[in-house]
Formats: sequence, structure tokens, C-alpha cells
Amino acid sequence: MKFIDEFRDAAAVRALLDRIRTAITRPWTIMEVCGGQTHTIVRYGLDELLPREVALVHGPGCPVCVTPIEMIDLAIELARRPGIILCSFGDMLRVPGSAADLFDARAAGADVRIVYSPLDALALACREPSREVVFFAVGFETTAPTTAMAAYQAMRLKVPNFSVISAHVRVPPAIEAILSSPDNRVQGFLAAGHVCTIMGIDEYRPLVERFRVPIVVTGFEPVDLLQGVAMCVAQLEQGRAEVENQYARSVRKDGNLAARRLLEQVFTVVDRRWRGLATLPNSALALNDRYAAYDAIRRFGLTRPIASEPPECRAGDVLRGLLKPPVCPSFGKSCTPDRPLGAPMVSAEGACAAYFHAGRLAIGSAEAK
Amino acid sequence: MSGSNRNSFPPSLNCPAPSPKREVIVLGHGGGGRLTADLVSQVFLPALSNPVLDRLNDSAELKLGSRQILFTTDAFVVSPLRFPGGDIGSLAVHGTINDLAVAGGQPLGISAAFILEEGFPIAELRSIVQSMRAAADQAAVSVIAADTKVVEHGKADGLFITTSGIGLAPAGLGLGFDRVRAGDAVLVSGPVGDHGVAVMAAREGLEFETTVVSDSAPLHGLVSSMLRGGGAIRCMRDPTRGGVATVVNELAKSAGAEIVIEETSVPVRDGVRAACEILGLDPLYVACEGRLVAIVAGADADRVLAAMRRHPLGEGACRIGAVAEIGNPRVLLRTAFGAIRALDLLAGAQLPRIC
Repeated sequence: MKFIDEFRDAAAVRALLDRIRTAITRPWTIMEVCGGQTHTIVRYGLDELLPREVALVHGPGCPVCVTPIEMIDLAIELARRPGIILCSFGDMLRVPGSAADLFDARAAGADVRIVYSPLDALALACREPSREVVFFAVGFETTAPTTAMAAYQAMRLKVPNFSVISAHVRVPPAIEAILSSPDNRVQGFLAAGHVCTIMGIDEYRPLVERFRVPIVVTGFEPVDLLQGVAMCVAQLEQGRAEVENQYARSVRKDGNLAARRLLEQVFTVVDRRWRGLATLPNSALALNDRYAAYDAIRRFGLTRPIASEPPECRAGDVLRGLLKPPVCPSFGKSCTPDRPLGAPMVSAEGACAAYFHAGRLAIGSAEAK
Repeated sequence: MSGSNRNSFPPSLNCPAPSPKREVIVLGHGGGGRLTADLVSQVFLPALSNPVLDRLNDSAELKLGSRQILFTTDAFVVSPLRFPGGDIGSLAVHGTINDLAVAGGQPLGISAAFILEEGFPIAELRSIVQSMRAAADQAAVSVIAADTKVVEHGKADGLFITTSGIGLAPAGLGLGFDRVRAGDAVLVSGPVGDHGVAVMAAREGLEFETTVVSDSAPLHGLVSSMLRGGGAIRCMRDPTRGGVATVVNELAKSAGAEIVIEETSVPVRDGVRAACEILGLDPLYVACEGRLVAIVAGADADRVLAAMRRHPLGEGACRIGAVAEIGNPRVLLRTAFGAIRALDLLAGAQLPRIC
């Protein structure tokens, strides 16, 4: 497949590994921000192919994982009401709330449907005028424009029975929170290429200047990731701290201006609690007052219930790069994709799921014997 | 919310009760992966256990004098009912034949039961039954018993079909998981994942254009060619829901074998790869309906492959891996860069209602 195969090329991978080995003189800790990048690293075993001086830690870039538990409870509560069709992306349905997940709600009779686009949910609302269709929107700046487009179209077409629970979040405040933490050990970042495809790269410059860390905007294929690591290692070795763009085939400096305009038109930036982390200032997108009628939380008068995580779930440490999933005492034992304690074991972008599906525990113990 | 008694709990209750997880059936129980395996081992086997069922083969083997009778049953709930390359009728015929074929059997006859939803168009039913007839004729088998039930509107999704198949295995066939040895080769009869992608592409809400057509086909002819070609064939499976990864796991478990699959050797069409890339699926877990996976003696692999390739349904046959050792049942995958990882059963359903 063109535009895929050349970024999975074994010879290119070997050449990049050589380049990193030659350049590196001391240990460096680098965080890949996006869960999609984590999955590529674990799936292809890139972390094991890299020289041991490079410690890759996995970041909070899994929007499903950081969606606060009370928001999932709220979606479940809404889904259980008669007359409501709750739509979301497939991953969101298996994330545990405090007592159940959306699949459980569906099995108990709620009308919960998987959609592949918020516009599909809007189309469903047009087809089912007697029902209330609620889209549970999750994702970083990458997917937020599609939600914005659905809300924009709903207003333009005067669709009265469509609304959105917005769990959209922003990447830069999460990087800022990690760098501000006293126990931070991350020295360089591979930023999420698709987020920057929308937002451009300028919002990372203040972080680079304030914290003196390199940030390399990086793609998602094996060659992308190793190139990102090579660029990050080169900056660290040379004592530079700059924003660089490895993913230039997709990311332009200013991002996608049409999408950014749409985001500004529909959303407002708000504080939000990130599951496993903390309440991060200016870290999320909520529908603005002009779109209040399409905000399910306001439309249905929902109030956030109090909820807490299972105490044995250490997702917060995993999301901050402090704990590798297989080291967690619950990993693969009381926490599996069938019976997850926390979201990172469920989501297609979750770090725990990446390790579990790649059978890292099994292989590790086999090598140890 | 109507549950007013919930409000009587202290609002500061901060230790939620553990979720009563999976006490009801979820779609993942039908996915062929870990949840299905749990259901079989925790619900069906404890109640129905007997030496024949306990083998968990695609077909039950019954001795009748010197003859070996094969018996299988299957249910079809594919959505949508029609997809590129077939429909629920042809799929029901092929799926039933293939469960007999991978046990080495030639089909003697098929039964079919139709569960129809009130309001289902008779013209549509007629067309699906005609497609069944055409598939059966092409495979030289007959539908020799049938039943019909109707349920109220809203109690079924148009049409479900359940089938049984009865077949006859040649004497002294010698297939068995206990015959698998270290050094055996793992073969697949053609490109994987075509059926799953063809059905997904036809599904509402996922309009993407693809030229991928389901591989749905009857495999007993291919199996005959393989058996005639000589060479020690140990065992076979058809990789339907759950795909090649799932059946190789089943084979590894049944044979107590460690199997290593070479990722770059597994044939996948470009259209299937592209669709899987977009949908976030792994082709190794996507269903086939006209392919088989065989474990054969390492020394005979080329001979069996040659026999497969002589048959039209085996033209794309490949060697995809090997049995590394006996006594450590698991499946490993060697990636394109030489890294090794486990290839496990999928948790939950990758694609619901694919067959």
C-alpha cells in the first residue's frame, strides 16, 4: 500500500536504529504522547530494538483513557432514559464507569449504538425524529472538528433532536502538567502528529521555551517513530530544545485553518478533570453558549455524580509515564481487556491494552527462564 | 430517573460496588474469541459434556461399523443478509460443508431451519433460498431436511438460518491433533480476511468502496485434492470468525503445540489490508469463509502445497508458520523487523455478526 509500506520498511528501520545508536552517548527518557504511537511501538517491538539508553515512556494521549469516570456514568444514565439513542465510537462502549459500561447498559436494554463519525449520529437523528440522539464525543483536537461540524450542521439544518456530550480534550495542557510535576522524568517529547495536522505546531513553542525540552511532532508508523526518536535524541545530545516536525507530509505550520475556525465557532476552552491525572486548566472543549441547545449536559439538566476509581487501578501512573503496564500488580491478573479495571486496558489507544495484546508479559517471562 | 431508592444511599459513597460484569450475554460472546471460549467452557461443556463434544472439533466424529460419520451444526446471523460474493443462503451452505470438509469429510446432506421475522418480504426469502439451492448444486450436495419458524416483528433481524450437516470421512484418514509434531508446517489455502471486509463494506454506516469480494466457497473439493496428493496432513480448521489468529490458537491448544507465525508470510490482499488499516482491524483476526488452515508434516509441506495450488480454491496457498515445540501451547508472531510477540485470542468481538 502506497504511503504505508515505505514507512514500515525493514531496511529503513535498521538504518534509523544505526543512526540513533551512533548519535547517543547517555541515557534519555522520551515520551510518545499519543496512544496510537504507543501501539505501534509495542506492536512492532520498537522499544526492544532501540539501544538501551533510550527509555520510551507512554503518554496520556488516549482520549478514551482520560475521559473522567463521572462523564461515563453520565452517558450511561442518559442512555438508560427512554426515548434516547446514545451514539459513540466503539472504544468508548467498553470503558468502565463506576458500576457498569455502555455495553452493559446496552445489554440491559438501552439503545446504544456505535458510529464511525458524529455526522452518522446526526443523520440518525434526522431519520428518527421521534427520538433524542446524543453523541458522546471523545477525542483530542484531531476528532473535535468532526464533532464541531455535526453541531454546526445540526444548527444550520435546525435538527431539534440531536445533542452532544463533549469529552474533547487538548494536548498542550497535558504536556504542561507532566512537565510541571515534581516527579517528572521526561526529557523530550514525540508530539502527536494528527493533533498537529489540525492545530499546527505553534502552540508547542511556549512549552519548549519555558521547560527547555525538545518536542518533535511525529507520525505513527515504525519509520516515523524511529525518525522522531532520532531527531529528539539529536536535539538532546546537542543541548537544543526546539519544536521540530518529523510528520511534514501531514502537518503544516498553521495546521488546518478551516478546522481550527470551526473549533473556535462551536467550542469554548474549559478546565476538566482527566481520568487518572487531575483537573487541568484550559484542557478541554465544551460547546459554547451559542451552541447551548446542542449540549446534552445542559439540554437534559445533567449534574455530575460523584464517582471514584477502583483503588487498585494505577492508570494515573501509567498515563503520566511513571509506571510501565506490565509492572502494575493488576496487569493481566485482575485487569484484562475482558474485565478491565481502568480505561487504558480497553481502548485501542490504551497503553495497557497495547502491552496485553502484544503478549508482552508472556514473552518477557519466556525470555527470563 | 425512576430509581428513587438510589437517592437514599449516602451521596458521598466513594467505593462503588464491583461491576457485576458480563452476567448477561454481550455481542463479544459471539465473536469466536476469549469470551466465546469462556461461554463454552463455563456454560455449555459443564452441562452437555461427553467424549465427542469435549473434543471441540468443527464436526463430531461418530463410528458406525467401519465407517466414520461426521456431524456438524451451525447458525447464521450475518448482517446485512447480502454482501459482495454471497448472501446468508450461500454462506449457510458453504459454512456447513466446510465444517465437515476440515474434518476430512465429504458432505452427504444438509438440513436448514429458517427463523423468520414477521414482515420479512417473501420475494427476498425466495431469492435467498434459491441462492442456497445454487450453492448446494455447485457443491453437489442437497438440503434434505428443513424447518420454518416465525417470530413477531422486532424479535429477530429479518432472517436467521441454522443448519446441520452430515458427512462421511474416508476410512483410515488419520487426522488428529495428537499427530502434530515439532517441525510441522502451518499452511493457509489463500489470502485471508476477504469475507470479513466484504461484509463490513456492505454494512450500513460504513460506506466505503472496495473491490473486495467474500471468499465464501465450499472446501470439500480442495480437501479431496489435498488428501489425494499424499503427504501427512495432521489437522485442519477453517478460519471463520476470529480469523486465522483464532484458529491457529485453537490448533495450538488442541495439539499442545507452540506455533510461530511469520507475519510477512500471511497472504493478505491489498484491498483487505487497506480496509483493515482504515477500520483499525488486524487482518489476522478477520473472518474467511472459503479458506482453511492446515498443519502438515514439515517434510511434506511442499507436496501438500502443490496439491492445494492445483485446485482453484487453493491457488494462493502459502506456508505461514511452523510448530516450534510440543508441550507449550501458545502462538507467537515474528514481525517484519524480527521482533517476536504473542498472537493471542482476541478479547471481545472485532466484528460482530459476520457469519
